[in-house]
Amino acid sequence: MSALTLEKTFELEEIARCLRVDSLKLIYNRGAGHPGGALSAAEIMAVLYFHVLQIDPSRPEWKERDRFILSKGHASAVYYAALTRRGFFPRSELDTWGELDCPHQGHPDRFKTPGVDMTSGLLGHGVAIGVGLGLSARLNKMSYRTYVLLGDGECQGGIVWEGAMAASKFRLANLTVIIDYNNVQLDGPVSAVMPLEPLADKWAACGWHVVEVNGHSVQAVAEALDLAHQIHDRPTAVLAYTTKGRGVSFMENQSYWHGNVPNTEQFKQALIELGEVEND
Amino acid sequence: MTDLSMREAYGRALAEYGETNQRLVALDVDTSASTLSKFFAERFPDCFFNIGIAEPCMVDVAVGLALGGFLPFINGFASILSLRALEQIRTCVCYAQTNVKIAAGYAGVSDFKDGATHYSISDLANVRALPNMTVIVPADAAEAAAWVPLIAEYDGPVYLRLSRAGALPVYQSGAKLEIGKGRLLRSGDDLTLVATGTMVGRCFVAAEKLSAIGIDARLLEVHTLKPLDRELLISAAEETGAVVTAEEHNIIGGLGSAVAEALAETVPIPIERVGIPDRFCVTGRDLDKLMDHSGLSVENIIAAAMRVMERKR
Repeated sequence: MSALTLEKTFELEEIARCLRVDSLKLIYNRGAGHPGGALSAAEIMAVLYFHVLQIDPSRPEWKERDRFILSKGHASAVYYAALTRRGFFPRSELDTWGELDCPHQGHPDRFKTPGVDMTSGLLGHGVAIGVGLGLSARLNKMSYRTYVLLGDGECQGGIVWEGAMAASKFRLANLTVIIDYNNVQLDGPVSAVMPLEPLADKWAACGWHVVEVNGHSVQAVAEALDLAHQIHDRPTAVLAYTTKGRGVSFMENQSYWHGNVPNTEQFKQALIELGEVEND
Repeated sequence: MTDLSMREAYGRALAEYGETNQRLVALDVDTSASTLSKFFAERFPDCFFNIGIAEPCMVDVAVGLALGGFLPFINGFASILSLRALEQIRTCVCYAQTNVKIAAGYAGVSDFKDGATHYSISDLANVRALPNMTVIVPADAAEAAAWVPLIAEYDGPVYLRLSRAGALPVYQSGAKLEIGKGRLLRSGDDLTLVATGTMVGRCFVAAEKLSAIGIDARLLEVHTLKPLDRELLISAAEETGAVVTAEEHNIIGGLGSAVAEALAETVPIPIERVGIPDRFCVTGRDLDKLMDHSGLSVENIIAAAMRVMERKR
């Protein structure tokens, strides 16, 4: 990887915008989902799936592929939006999302959705599973990397830190964790529910290389992930500072929009704010 | 009890099996000197990962190794694995169908010196209720060793319940073991003793004593609690008309429950359950006396047999 060209930057920004639109459409059509944390992660997912990850949609089981775990599994809408846009499965498969026996589950299921490396939903598993994948790459003498997207509220659980210590012990430079630090969780601000600060220091104290970036700058996210490649003795934690509900004025920083669905009027307003022209 | 403990037999078998399977990796939680996964660790240091005292993390790291194409055996105490790490086991092993083998040591009351915190008397209930899980309870040290290659070569999650100690020997080396197929260890037509784990040997003793007073007990070893060998149980129930179950576990949720569930739906005959009577157990100086004290004595089995014979009439 290298620094993004201006053209690539614009492309990724446009993809991020589309992932927001797609996420809201999916959630609105299904009548269920988690818009806040899908919108906050749009640039991160755009950079991962359209710039960083060494993957091949025609071979989702390719052994040398980079691995990605959406530890914050409730952000499935933006995950599915990214996977289908990247070509892992036809968009039409998402038309029935939420119906009984539809192809894709509410939360990611590795057997149901091509491109999903690990089932997720209940929070906290990503880092420790990433450790196992990182060890596997080392034992197999493979060069693939593992990326884990964590929610910030997720860092309140002890298993995250168990995994962080293990990654550090084994010096897993092939493991990168990105924290979608939007500072809003279901019950309110993260800093009120259970403060995490100083979060960067906590990861550093666990022996990780830590980078803090604006999580809505595709350039900054790409650079942080690029930098992780140059660290050879430690895993990297990217604290991506984001805004919950980013891009939709009435959703931004509101815990209500962690897991609620917009009504028709709100949905139309959201699409307008995201620059999407209404067709119907 | 035999000289060789179940844990030692398992630990040596795991190390031995490592010679034949390059995909085998083992993990432990600072208990390798207890579970005896250390035999594997000493021989294959690059394929052994000590995760520290963090069972949930060990499960998830093993899940990652399984996703990466390896065959992880995780080692720890049954009480902690089946309780503290149960969510990891449920979500990331069973639901996600990762090929992780859970060697759950110190099960039942076998850690007799340490008391109720360390005893694992609900683990079978906990793991048996998980879809996709296979649950195996060896009867003695030789059988524990024999299961290692079998569960390694089975594709899917397995919970292998191991005692810290030995048990009265019942398994003859080379005898056929098959996941999901119970074993007829003694013929008899008056009633059927259905036992698992360390209680199999005790049921053997009980059957001999019953024979001396004219009661001819059949003995089935149900090493696989899940999937349960329903056919074997149904034929025994039909042919003997009465069943006594025996397990080193709470009477709630383990073998007795599984057998009662199966037979209530098919051949509803009288059943008595021998197990720990839904209470926390105490510490002891030796395991045999503690098991007797915990409701698991040969006399408990005989008394249950007499009760079920009375009900059968």
